[in-house]
Amino acid sequence: MLDLVRRRYLWFAISILTIIPGLISILVFGMNLGVDFSGGARWEIHIPSISQTRDGLENEINDVFTDSGIEGARTQLSQGTTNNQQFVIAFVRSKLVQSDSAERKAVETGLISKFGADTRIETLQTVGETVRGRSIRNAVVAIFIASLAIMGYLWAAFRGTPNPLRYGVCAIIAMLHDVLVVIGMASILGWLIGLEVDALFMTAVLTVISFSVHDTIVVFDRVRENLRRSSDDYERVVNRSIVQTLTRSINTQFTSFFTLTALLLFGGESIRSFVLILLLGLISGTYSSIFNAAQLLVVWENREWRNWFGRGKDKAKPAAA
Amino acid sequence: MRKQVISALVVTIVVVALASWIVFFPKSFQSLTGRDVSTHLGLDLQGGSQIFLRPADPDVDDLTAKLENAAGVIERRVNGLGVSESVVQVVNGDSIVVELPGVKDPAAASNALKGAGNLEFIDPQGQYLPEGTEVCTTATPRYPITVQLPSSVTGTSGVTTTDSLSSTNPLSPTSNLTTTTPTTPTERPCDTPYTTIARGTDLDTSQVALTTDQAGRPAVFFRFQTNSESANQIASFTSQNVGRPMSIVVDNRVISSPQVNGSLPGEGIITMGATGTTVAEQNSQAQALQNQLKYGALPVTLIEDSNRSISATLGNDSIEASKVAGAVGLIAVMLFMLMYYRLPGLIANVALLIYTVLSFAVYNLVPVTLTLPGIAGFILSISLAVDANVLIFARIKEELHRGRSLERAVEDGFNHAWPSIRDSNASTLITSFILYVLGNGLGVSIIQGFALTLALGIIISLFTAITVSRMLLRLTIDLGVSNARWFGVNPEEDAAEVAALSSEQA
Repeated sequence: MLDLVRRRYLWFAISILTIIPGLISILVFGMNLGVDFSGGARWEIHIPSISQTRDGLENEINDVFTDSGIEGARTQLSQGTTNNQQFVIAFVRSKLVQSDSAERKAVETGLISKFGADTRIETLQTVGETVRGRSIRNAVVAIFIASLAIMGYLWAAFRGTPNPLRYGVCAIIAMLHDVLVVIGMASILGWLIGLEVDALFMTAVLTVISFSVHDTIVVFDRVRENLRRSSDDYERVVNRSIVQTLTRSINTQFTSFFTLTALLLFGGESIRSFVLILLLGLISGTYSSIFNAAQLLVVWENREWRNWFGRGKDKAKPAAA
Repeated sequence: MRKQVISALVVTIVVVALASWIVFFPKSFQSLTGRDVSTHLGLDLQGGSQIFLRPADPDVDDLTAKLENAAGVIERRVNGLGVSESVVQVVNGDSIVVELPGVKDPAAASNALKGAGNLEFIDPQGQYLPEGTEVCTTATPRYPITVQLPSSVTGTSGVTTTDSLSSTNPLSPTSNLTTTTPTTPTERPCDTPYTTIARGTDLDTSQVALTTDQAGRPAVFFRFQTNSESANQIASFTSQNVGRPMSIVVDNRVISSPQVNGSLPGEGIITMGATGTTVAEQNSQAQALQNQLKYGALPVTLIEDSNRSISATLGNDSIEASKVAGAVGLIAVMLFMLMYYRLPGLIANVALLIYTVLSFAVYNLVPVTLTLPGIAGFILSISLAVDANVLIFARIKEELHRGRSLERAVEDGFNHAWPSIRDSNASTLITSFILYVLGNGLGVSIIQGFALTLALGIIISLFTAITVSRMLLRLTIDLGVSNARWFGVNPEEDAAEVAALSSEQA
């Protein structure tokens, strides 16, 4: 049978090598915060009435912004009338733009050349964030409390096995792994391809957290069942459990992979980075449940940290406690 | 056929029929039950109203900080359920823009924003002030929000109100009064303010809750802080004025003028219920009042600056795109399940379609406001729903490999898969519950919407995976399918594997 547990330190090394560049990137570059978190500019643009569909008009306006070097602008339209003349007001949210900057000039020129000389930027204002800083802090608190609750639940659910507390702790460690992977990757992708951290990102991280724990518990459940059935040593039981759940882990990963790829290909520009983060997070979640969470149980069972840092040279396994 | 199969089949058919009714014929459902079950789309997918609010006094200290605070309060109030996906943003540090999805009518939008939530109990000098009357009081001598409402909204003409104020104890009915069309006093400032007896600032906000009165009508329970000025004053006023009216005022607008039926010990309930309003309307009134009282007053007085309807943030093409993505994803998953798991795969696909219909029915019923991320989340939850089936079928396959009979393998498969399905879903439910509860208390509406969708998805997927899939599997076996090949198992080829497995398990 496939022996996945023997190489556990290789799997841990892969995890650490994935996380460290992300952490460095966070420290050096920080996160590329979108308008939702950092606030930005709000434009009010007066456009004389033109016969065009809504989507077409919105796309053209967004194009003008992109051409002027302002990525990710979002447009909303409203109708107005003065002296029986119909006109359109476009509200655009973008990243911060100063009112005397070259970008503003470029937008103005671009708009006039597209919609005629009567087009004008009525106002350009600074807007605050829509996701307030407090929200993020509260989300972190909520996740922390949820982690404690999950640990408690797993403790109770695994009370029939020796050392039930370990399962909860290892599941949470694997979850933290996934959070670090996702946040680090988001930071790297921020300066690599301009991926923005917005309100959707928060949703993506929460999804990854839920899926990660979900995945891990399926593996742990098998460990619990196999422990009850056999008197094999712990390491072999864990390995067998991982191998037995492997098909299921991969199949579930496959199905979410299908739906996410469909979203990535057809789902439109606005949710592309959301889907990308989810995709990375789910792969990380599957990896961590197979290669971290269950393997950590073995490390704990053998108390292998006594052998770390070259203290115990003998690689002989200590007898199962 | 087994009894449990028949009962599960009946339950499934009834549930699916009900869900299909809601999803495909929302109009007929609404006309029969009075509940609006059309799909609620967020501001990113449909237009809405945009309202600019500026402070009445722009020279107030720390204006930006106070506006930030006010924006938070407005957001919580607007998102009462945490799923309406509105935008509340401070602009230029000196005003607030609010965007409300789906609200096509500007006046209705103002209503949704509804004032500062400043609750007062006043002494109406023996008059039964009609609902909707604007009054000024000793505590709030000015009218705080100038909202240009059409007269149809300000005056509720000729409506009989049966609002009542009663303590939770023995008090009961009710003041029946017919309002004449109220003349809206618009002169300001006012000369003869009504005396304020009790103020919302003394409310114990943690105690504000939805409830019902003895007659079962929706009501809001409130309690003043023990020994606060308001608690003492309302107790002494009510004990001296039994049989006379007292008016409840929110933001200088009378919401009811019940008769005092006894002394109120600093707590009581406010009953919603003008006759002519439906229970649903009364419920939403109670919900709105609860939000106003619970989330407190705004730190600055705001004036409405402009109010207009506005288009969606995302174009129609992105709705089309996500529909295509959803269809493609669903088909890909179904093909995969069919090829890998054969007959059980087919059953899982039926369960998946049922899951989809049920989800949309529940979204419309709650209602959950669908945004693009919400739709993406739903498409993703498809794989969660499939996961339970994957777990079960993997177990059934294992049992078949061990040489169990088909019938036995199906039962054992379900039983062995159950603990892992239970524990993994329970922990996700715990997560979503905590996110929802804390999201409510702390004003994190995105998180709340996410938590609600997630929890609903899990509960529905448990139903479809456990009840529906199992019933369909048992049904096929009872109908005489007996070949293990239909389950993706080839006895000869697998002989080696069986041997390996059983030696492993020994």
